This record gives sequence, C-alpha cells and structure tokens, in this order.
Amino acid sequence: MPKVSMTVNGKAVSGNIDSRTLLVQFLRETLRLTGTHVGCDTSQCGCCVVHVNGTAIKSCTTLALSHEGANVTTIEGLAHDGKLHPMQEAFRENHGLQCGFCTPGMIMTAVDIVNRKGNKLDEQTIRHELEGNICRCTGYHNIVKAVAAGAEAMAK
Amino acid sequence: MSATGIGASVRRKEDLRFITGRGQYTDDVNRAGQSYAVFVRSPHAHAVVLKIDATTARAMPGVLAVLTGEDIAADKIGGLICGWMIHSKDGSAMKAGGHPALAQGKVRYVGDHVAVVIGETFAQARDAAEKVQVDYEVLTAVVDMNAAVKPGAPVIHDVAENNTVYNWHLGDKAATDAAFAKAKHVTKLDIVNNRLVPNAMETRAAVGDYEPGTESFTLYTTSQNPHVARLVISAFIGVAPEHKLRVIAPDVGGGFGSKIFIYAEEVVCVWAAKKVGRPVKWTADRTEAFLCDAHGRDHITHAELALDENGRTTGLRVHTKANLGAYLSTFSSSVPTYLYAPLLSGQYNIPAIYAEVDGIYTNTAPVDAYRGAGRPEATFVVERLIEVAARETHTDPVKFRQKNFITSFPHQTPVIMAYDAGNYDASLQKALAMADYKNIGKRKAASESAGKLRGIGISAYIEACGIAPSAAVGSLGAGVGLWESAEVRVNPIGTVEILTGSHSHGQGHETTFAQLVSDRLGIPIDNVSIVHGDTDKVQMGMGTYGSRSGAVGMSAIVKALDKVEAKAKKVAGFCMEASDKDIEFKDGKFTVKGTDKSMDFGSVALQAYIAHKFSGQDLEPGLKESAFWDPTNFTFPAGVHICEVEIDPETGVTHIDRWTAVDDFGMVINPMIVEGQVHGGIAQGIGQALCEAAVYDSKGQLITASFMDYCMPRADDLPSYNVGMTQTPCPSNPLGIKGCGEAGAIAAPPALINAITDALGTENVPMPATPQTVWRLAQKKVMKHAAQ
Repeated sequence: MPKVSMTVNGKAVSGNIDSRTLLVQFLRETLRLTGTHVGCDTSQCGCCVVHVNGTAIKSCTTLALSHEGANVTTIEGLAHDGKLHPMQEAFRENHGLQCGFCTPGMIMTAVDIVNRKGNKLDEQTIRHELEGNICRCTGYHNIVKAVAAGAEAMAK
Repeated sequence: MSATGIGASVRRKEDLRFITGRGQYTDDVNRAGQSYAVFVRSPHAHAVVLKIDATTARAMPGVLAVLTGEDIAADKIGGLICGWMIHSKDGSAMKAGGHPALAQGKVRYVGDHVAVVIGETFAQARDAAEKVQVDYEVLTAVVDMNAAVKPGAPVIHDVAENNTVYNWHLGDKAATDAAFAKAKHVTKLDIVNNRLVPNAMETRAAVGDYEPGTESFTLYTTSQNPHVARLVISAFIGVAPEHKLRVIAPDVGGGFGSKIFIYAEEVVCVWAAKKVGRPVKWTADRTEAFLCDAHGRDHITHAELALDENGRTTGLRVHTKANLGAYLSTFSSSVPTYLYAPLLSGQYNIPAIYAEVDGIYTNTAPVDAYRGAGRPEATFVVERLIEVAARETHTDPVKFRQKNFITSFPHQTPVIMAYDAGNYDASLQKALAMADYKNIGKRKAASESAGKLRGIGISAYIEACGIAPSAAVGSLGAGVGLWESAEVRVNPIGTVEILTGSHSHGQGHETTFAQLVSDRLGIPIDNVSIVHGDTDKVQMGMGTYGSRSGAVGMSAIVKALDKVEAKAKKVAGFCMEASDKDIEFKDGKFTVKGTDKSMDFGSVALQAYIAHKFSGQDLEPGLKESAFWDPTNFTFPAGVHICEVEIDPETGVTHIDRWTAVDDFGMVINPMIVEGQVHGGIAQGIGQALCEAAVYDSKGQLITASFMDYCMPRADDLPSYNVGMTQTPCPSNPLGIKGCGEAGAIAAPPALINAITDALGTENVPMPATPQTVWRLAQKKVMKHAAQ
C-alpha cells in the first residue's frame, strides 16, 4: 500500500493506505480525527469541509494520496491553546447548531468565507456562500447570524 | 428568573463538543477488531429471489461472512414489526405482511435487504458485495396508490387483498352527511401531500458487538429511542433477552422521526457480531438513506368543507389514500390514522367530521412518521380548505377564521381530541401585527408595478403533542405505553445526574433539563449533568418524538425532584432537629420555619450519604429517586404563521419576503432553543412546499436518491424568520409545557401554498411549488390579464 504524508493540525502524520482512500477516510479512519463528518457522497452537503493549504475543500471527494505534503486543518485544529476560534464561539453564542453533525463543516466553511470575503458580511452574501453546506436542523437563521458575528469577531 | 433557570436563553451545554469536533456519533465509535458490513440490496422494486450465489464473494480477500435470509431464519431471528394495530371499519385487523430483516423469497422495493457481506475493511466488504450473484424473477411493480388498489394489480403481500392494509374511518358519517345535505356552500379540494425523505444529516449507522464471556450484546445505533429498540430487538425479533442486550444511542445527528424505527440493518449488525465473532459496523451512505430510511407523508386526499348561510363551518368530509410503502414500518399504521384524522378539526368549531383513510402497500420504501407525522397532512387539508372557502365566499380569510375559531375550553371535537386550553385569536392578532398585514394591499400594488406578483397566506395550525396517555393510545391500538421515566441521582457533594428516557438528537436536553434542575434545586447549572441514550444507565424510557420530551420527559423529572425534595427535608429535619414538616426549601436552602437554622443543598446531600444523624431511624441513607410520568391528556400547541411571497412571473421563482410565526407552546424553558426548533421546522415545511419530493418512476426506481436530485432547502432558498409567542399554560402537566418540535413543519406548507395561490389567483398549486410549476401558472395569469 502506498504511503502518504501530510501535516494535519500542525502535526506531521503519515500512513500506508489503500490508494482509493479518500482524504476524509484518512482523517477519520487512519488518524481517528472524527470531527470531520460524511453527510453525503456527492459533494453536496459540506459536512466534510476541511482546509487544505488554507482553502476550504470537501474531503469526501478527494483522494488522500493527492494531498501528499499538504497542510490540512480540521475542526479539531481550529482552537488554539485551549481557546476557541471566534467562529466556534459565535456558533455557540448564536445557537447556530442543533444536532451538531453539519457544524464542523459549517464552521470550516464560515472561516473560509471570512478569509475570502472579509469581516463585514451581509445576510445575502452569507446565504449565497453557504450553498455548499446543508443543515437540516436550524433552518439556517442562526447559522447566518453566527457567521456574521464570527466574521466580525475574527477582525479583533 | 435566574440567569440559568426556567425562562432563560441559556447557551447550550452540549455545544462545546460539537463545535470542537469532539461529538461521538455512532460512526465515530470504533471497537477493537471491528469488521464492516455492506448490504446487497435489491435493484428491483418487486421480484422473486431465485438464487443467491456467494461463492466468489466468500473467496475474496478479507471476507468474513456472507449472510442471507436463510441464515437469519435458521437462527430464528424474527422479522421487523409494526407496533400499532389498526382495525378497518368492518372490524378486521390490518393486513400486515411479513418483514424479514434479510429477504426470504421476495423483495418488495428497490433497496430491500437481500444479503450482507462482512469484511475486514469497508472496501473489502464493498468489493465482495458486488460479486454476490443474485438471480431474480422480476415481477411487475406497482408504485401508484390508485393502481395498487385496482383488481388485478400486482400482489405485494399475499395477506393484503388489493394491496390494502386497512380501510379505516373516524367520526360520525351520518351526522356529517346531514351537515352537507343542509350546507349553503361546499368547498372541495383534491390534495396531494408530497412524499418526503427526512434526511437527517447524519445517516443511520450501527455497531454490533458480542462478548462471549458474558453472552451479552451491545448495539451502538442512531436511535431516537434506544429502549424501544432494545425492547423490539429483544422481545419481538429475539436476538437476545433484554438483560443481555445493551443499546447505546450516543450523539445522534438529527432524527425528525426517521430514527424512531427499528430497521433491518441494526438487527443484522448485532446478530452478525456473534455470528462472525467480531464487532460489525455499518454506516449508510446517502443513497442508502434515500432508498431505505422510512419516508414521510405521501397522501392523496379529497376533502370537502360544508358552510352554513352565515359562513360557519358545519361539516368536514375527508377521504385519504395513504401510501405505506412495501412493508409496515414500526409506527407507520398510526400516522395516517390516529395522528392524522383527530387533528382535522384544526382550530375551528366543526360540529361534524368524517374521515376515511385507506392504507395502501406499494413497491416503495416504507413510509412512517416524519416531523409532524400526520399532523402536517391534517393541517394542510384544514388550512387549504379554510382559505379556499373564505375566498369562494368572498370573505376576508382573517375574518373567516375568527368567525369559526374555537373560543371556549375545554372543547371536545367530534374526532377524539379534547382541547384543554388555548387562545387562537391572540396568536392571530399578534401575527397580523408582526406581519404588518394591514398594509399588504400597498405592498401588492408596489410589486405589481414592478411586474411581480405578491401574495400572503395564513396558516392557523393545531397539533396534538405530549404523546401520550398510555391508556388512551392503548385503546387506539398502540402496543406500548407512552409515559416517560426519570431518575435523579444526587451525589454526596450535591452535584446531580439526571437519567432520562428522553433522547436528545439536537433538541438541547442537556441544557433545558439542567435548567429545570438548577432552578428547582437552587444549584449551579454546571453541577447538573443529563444522562441519556444508554440502556445500561437509564433503566427504561420511551424516547423522543412527537414533541414529547418537554411535556412528558420533563414532567417525569419534576415528579422525581418532588421525591428528592421530600426525602432531603427528612434528612435536613434530622440534622437540624426539626420535623420534616417544619422544613422549608427555597433557593437551594433548607430552613427550619421561623428560625435562622438552615442548611444548603450540598450539605443535606452529604448528610444523606454519611447517614450519621439518622442511623437506626426510619429513613434510608442516600438521595436518589426515580419516577414515571404518564400524561393525562395530549397537549395542544397551536399558533398562526403568515407567509408573504413575491413571485417573478418571468422565472417562476417564489421569493419568500416575510415569514411570521406566533406559536403558543405553553410555558417555555429556554426561548433560544424553542425559537431554534421553530426555525428548523419552518425550513422543513418550506422544503416540502417549495422544493422537496421523493419521486419513483413507474418501475419503482427512486429517481431522487441523492442530494443532486432531491432538492434540500439551502441557506439562500430560505428567509429569516420573525418569531413571536403567546402563552396559555398547558393544564395537564406540572410545568405547563405543550411542546415545540414539530410546529414549524406543520404550520409552514399551507401558509406558503396559501400565499402562492393568493399571488397567482388560483385555488390549487401542487407541492412542491417548483419554479416550473409556478411559472406555468403565472403565465396563465399574465395571459389572462393581458386578454382583459
């Protein structure tokens, strides 16, 4: 089995994997980082969003081997030194989650939106940018509020 | 009100693990030596299984076993059950066909379970599953209900003639016919309530484990009611007796009803774990979820409303065909009967109601409870009829509703329910004000001048929640009682664990239940933890569905807390040398009446365990009490939703401009969480009305089996919601709670369709009202306008 090496949440990791192993499977099964979820198999729901070299991608639709040497951040790597990331804090403060299953992907996407669009986000922009993330619980109302608040908090 | 007590929008205790990726969902569970199950599923909607040849598959690398219906029958593992008996109007019992966990002789829908391959790795199991050769004799499938009941239609189950499970009815036919004979006006509607897929974001999953040293099984599963799962898998399916079967439903990623039921896959995983001597894990992919999770709704209804000369509703007559799919799922029989017809009175005085419901088998996935379960279907019938009747009689829909509202309580409807409390006009008035209803004319004119069509729609819904008094549901055919249990364990230093039979899969019980305990015992909310979802920890429970956890689950906690307080007073009495009758408990302090002698809750807890002060007396050490709460009535949440849309006749796109919701849920523990429930329910209701539909082709292939094909509402399809509340406390439980989980999904579809039909000037728009459908109708309106 081929070997893959990458940096995940700041740590060098490697594993010998079946060549068809998806990035999400490598994270969940090999590294046991189960915060990244799988909600569909068609790149639609966004439960599996992680950052690869600073950009949000859907880890369910990409082979682990294609990320040799990459720098990957998952939901587990977002908080630093025991301090939550402002976007994590904003989701909690604004009740932007219910069952929590889509939440890691939502938060990773939200951080990416801020990285691309800045810290002042209007409702329409947020709703449009969330088109690749499905939530079945919240009706998005509080997620939209959370992303806006998290974006502002990230500027501080 | 304290910052963490009843009525406070406390931030959720469970969120920390979810926002940091440390939730523990079933697929996150990994057992030492775990193997993986992949199911071989029927590609045909209706076929005889002639032969299964697994020779090649068994020889493939990593394959531990290939198991079929023969193996499960040889081990005397029983079939899946339907736990609610419905009798037809002729008195005969419903016609329930067998439902084996792995097919025995026949398959009846695409996705039906034929065999299971268990492999060392998921990839090996999947590769081998593709090599299991199954010979089928394909039979003609029937997916349309009208075709299914015709003589000569394909027979799905031999026991069910004309594929009919039951012809059930409710109400007084003669009185209703008499009301129609005298009616001044009759409004008639033909309604299709579209078939939906619940689509919790976490797909179903199971990990079965067997410990030969103790001959005991453990099943981790995505369940809304792990105790019911254990009961069914033990008592009816016979995998293991209850004391040898532990069912754990850890963090569960949404349910919406679909995770109430006991499905084939979890039964197979726990059975196979012993068979192969290894833990067995299965996780559904999204297409498996579409194919095999129980679907929702799927009714065809003809409904008629009778009015007298004053525009008062005098009679309602309904005939519904309900698609139950290929097998009867766990509670499926009750959904289009007792969860549907008893709600047909809505918020209105309707003296005579008669409903007939035909439950029908088709070669489609089983249909069972989905958020609202019968009540959205009933509300859609009532609120569409009321709206159309108002328009046909040229009456303002607000005035029409007000004229017919029930205004005095208790109110006995002609269809079982005794509404205990409510103030329907209060919710209506508040919603009208919040929606700025009085200026709708101006907004319509502004839209018209911009070439757009604006419409407004009202939905005044009622639901029956707090399910339910055990004797009442027993008399209606339920095989179980619907009480709830709670245990309060006070630890020696005064921290508290609450063990509840309710199950949280997004509802926030770890917070709301802790608020109740913190409020009641006067202790910090961080000193309270909520334990649920494990049959080895919580003795028994009925789980979470039907908006019951507040009204029923928390009532059980209140009852157990009463007992804790009573015992703690006795302990405090011994410690402070007073009678327990002279001890007062307030704000976490036990005080001897009229004195300054007092002890805090933690000190009394410690004394209860060290027992020095009452050793040898008639008082046991310790502080732990349990209770079961059996409701005395259903609860009746009700409210008014108002939807305002603007349609672009050029594209057919319906833009929801405003959504106003005013709900009466009785007393509210955590307004933030309750509003969140309302938002989510509305979104699912909007999904039903605007975009979602499960579609089978004529051969029974599900052509909407992924998120590419089944339109889930996304953030930019939905508006922000303007949510308000009114409160009439529920008289039948100690906290006055009615329940809030399903209201939005019940209220939303008719509000939206009433708004779209208002904009288009037509009386019927099918759901989902996709842009294509709306565009066609909008073009008709535009052409008509131009012709004039």
